Amino acid sequence: MSLMCKSCSKAVLNKKFNIKLNCHDDLVIALAGNPNVGKSTVFNALTGLNQHTGNWPGKTVENARGNYKHKDKKFVLVDLPGTYSLLANSVEEQVARDFICFGKPNATIVVTDATCLERNLNLVLQVMELTDKVILCVNLMDEAKRKKIKVDIKGLEKELGIPVVGTTARSGEGLQELMDQVYEIALGFQTTSPRPLVYTPDVEWKIEELTPKLVELLEGKLNPRWVALRLIEGDPTILDSIRNFLYDDKDSNAQEEVACIYEC
Amino acid sequence: MNVNQGYQSYKELITIQNELYEEGENELRDSIVSSIYMQAEEIANKVVERDQTKKFYWDKKLDDILTSKYTGFPIMFLILGFVFWLTVTGANYPSAVLANVLFDIEGELTNWFMSVNAPEWIHGMLILGVYRTLAWVVSVMLPPMAIFFPCFTLLEDLGYLPRVAFNLDKLFKKAGAHGKQSLTMSMGFGCNAAGVIACRIIESPRERLIAMLTNNFVPCNGRFPTLIALATIFVGGWVGSQYSIFAASLFVSFLVLIGIGVTLLVSWALSKTLLKGVPSSFTLELPPYRRPQFGRIIYTSMIDRTLFVLSRAVVVAAPAGLVTWILANVMIGNQSILAHGAGFLQPFAHLIGLDGFILMAFILGLPANEIVLPILIMSYMSKGSMIELDSIQAMKELFIANGWTWLTTLNVMLFSLLHYPCATTLWTMKKESGSTKWTLFGAIMPTVIAVVVLLVITQVVRLLGLV
Repeated sequence: MSLMCKSCSKAVLNKKFNIKLNCHDDLVIALAGNPNVGKSTVFNALTGLNQHTGNWPGKTVENARGNYKHKDKKFVLVDLPGTYSLLANSVEEQVARDFICFGKPNATIVVTDATCLERNLNLVLQVMELTDKVILCVNLMDEAKRKKIKVDIKGLEKELGIPVVGTTARSGEGLQELMDQVYEIALGFQTTSPRPLVYTPDVEWKIEELTPKLVELLEGKLNPRWVALRLIEGDPTILDSIRNFLYDDKDSNAQEEVACIYEC
Repeated sequence: MNVNQGYQSYKELITIQNELYEEGENELRDSIVSSIYMQAEEIANKVVERDQTKKFYWDKKLDDILTSKYTGFPIMFLILGFVFWLTVTGANYPSAVLANVLFDIEGELTNWFMSVNAPEWIHGMLILGVYRTLAWVVSVMLPPMAIFFPCFTLLEDLGYLPRVAFNLDKLFKKAGAHGKQSLTMSMGFGCNAAGVIACRIIESPRERLIAMLTNNFVPCNGRFPTLIALATIFVGGWVGSQYSIFAASLFVSFLVLIGIGVTLLVSWALSKTLLKGVPSSFTLELPPYRRPQFGRIIYTSMIDRTLFVLSRAVVVAAPAGLVTWILANVMIGNQSILAHGAGFLQPFAHLIGLDGFILMAFILGLPANEIVLPILIMSYMSKGSMIELDSIQAMKELFIANGWTWLTTLNVMLFSLLHYPCATTLWTMKKESGSTKWTLFGAIMPTVIAVVVLLVITQVVRLLGLV
């Protein structure tokens, strides 16, 4: 892929994920989260759309998308299917992983349920491994309060090294702050320092062994440590995805054209 | 450019993974996963503080009851029955009012056409064809939908539907299908086309196909009004007025159970024959119970569902009304085209306990199940029935005048439940499976089942001399 047109980094969004931007300046935000944490409610509250929200898992099969404006910028919000992890055990997990990994959104919001944060944090940590442009949205704060569960938002922010916002999407509480944080991160006004996941020594040693070779092969397109982990765990889907997204240059010219016809 | 280079890199990555595999490094997967979980737990413990004094066990208790082996299914049946009861009771009066208003307007329109000396056929096509069909669709379908859909959405919002899916999950696995099919089937209650799309959540192609092919055995939005209307006027009628509504709702619930039963049976048969294989496993999480958002429920069920289904019905019903009127009024010899068609189908229709007009209505109703009943009514009316159709009761009289017995009603309901899916669903099936062969199978297989079921019932009933 040539670097003639810098904005063509968004071509993959168009081509593989069918996301059309009206303007080069539109910012793409991914919305990830476990099933049933109110992801669609957050999506609706931000975009003003009425994506059907249902209280059951597996409702969002496709990536739904909607737009919103905050301050001077336009945002395209992509609602990913609800998943418990990004380990590609299911189609949903693969879709979510591929979007965050290869779609390179300007920022990713991970929505979690304040009443069962422990389970939700697995996904958060995995997303943080993929990208440092992450905002954690701890949703359902009202229910946590009702169940007398206290979540230390500031403490969590410190532990994770990314912005954390407590919200009650149903009543709109905290959404303004969420949009502010997304704006800061997406535009790079604020940087994060995600806490790295540490593995057992044998895994770490293996990663180290693989890294030099991977750095060379990936040419900075993907995080070598992350790819090393996927190879070690023997994920069969990751190589297909790499081939599909990074090396599928059959029609790279057409791709650039598509990307370059956006009008501002 | 660097196409080849890219491919080389990909090749090398494959080599690395293969080497790792041979070294047995894949055993590290568990270690990776547990590292992630441990760190998540560690962080959560630092920032989350739970009040230990007050524990919330009520939702667990409720789950125990709702998903219990013994009480799960009876409760499901009762809730379903209650929703139908509410629908039938609540829809009666507004349906009658709507019908009155709409047919008063028809009178006015007819007068107007008379006063401007419009040709008879224009009046026939527009008023007796298009308008009358629309009026029927609206007055018969709108009130039940306006009650049924909010109830259904309420159950969904409360978190009851996943419990239903949980109850059915085991059965689907026993049938050799994927547990998630219980979810896609539940979606089918809304709309079979949506249910077929939802089958994407099932990874295994074999299981996805089973789920797609059997989705139409649960009645959708388009068929519920038909089933409810027929149950109200007939089943209700047989048991004496004080229990009529109760019996009607019980009967519709019973039909739904038959639909689920057939879904399981066909899934099982398919997984033993054409689509052999072992079911893959998955974990179904029971989401927490939530306080429903009433505003959203009303909005979703009114705009997304009621208006959507109604407008679809109207869009399809208007041209269908026109076509039906033409078919019913253009004469070839001394009979209308419709009557010729019905006459042609009559011997076969009689064999399975229907009549030629009913079969014609189902065939013309392929675009949308909503319009089967209106088409049928128009067909009968054009035969020269003198009945004024201004109430639901009149519909019953019309049907009886056309020789309906309880067997006919039962057969129509079963046929509606089991026959081929509507054109939209078939089209979706084609798009989702990418196979014309399986789409055709998805149309023919249910129809064959419907015909066989009707044939057996009809012949047995006639043999025993029950009608």
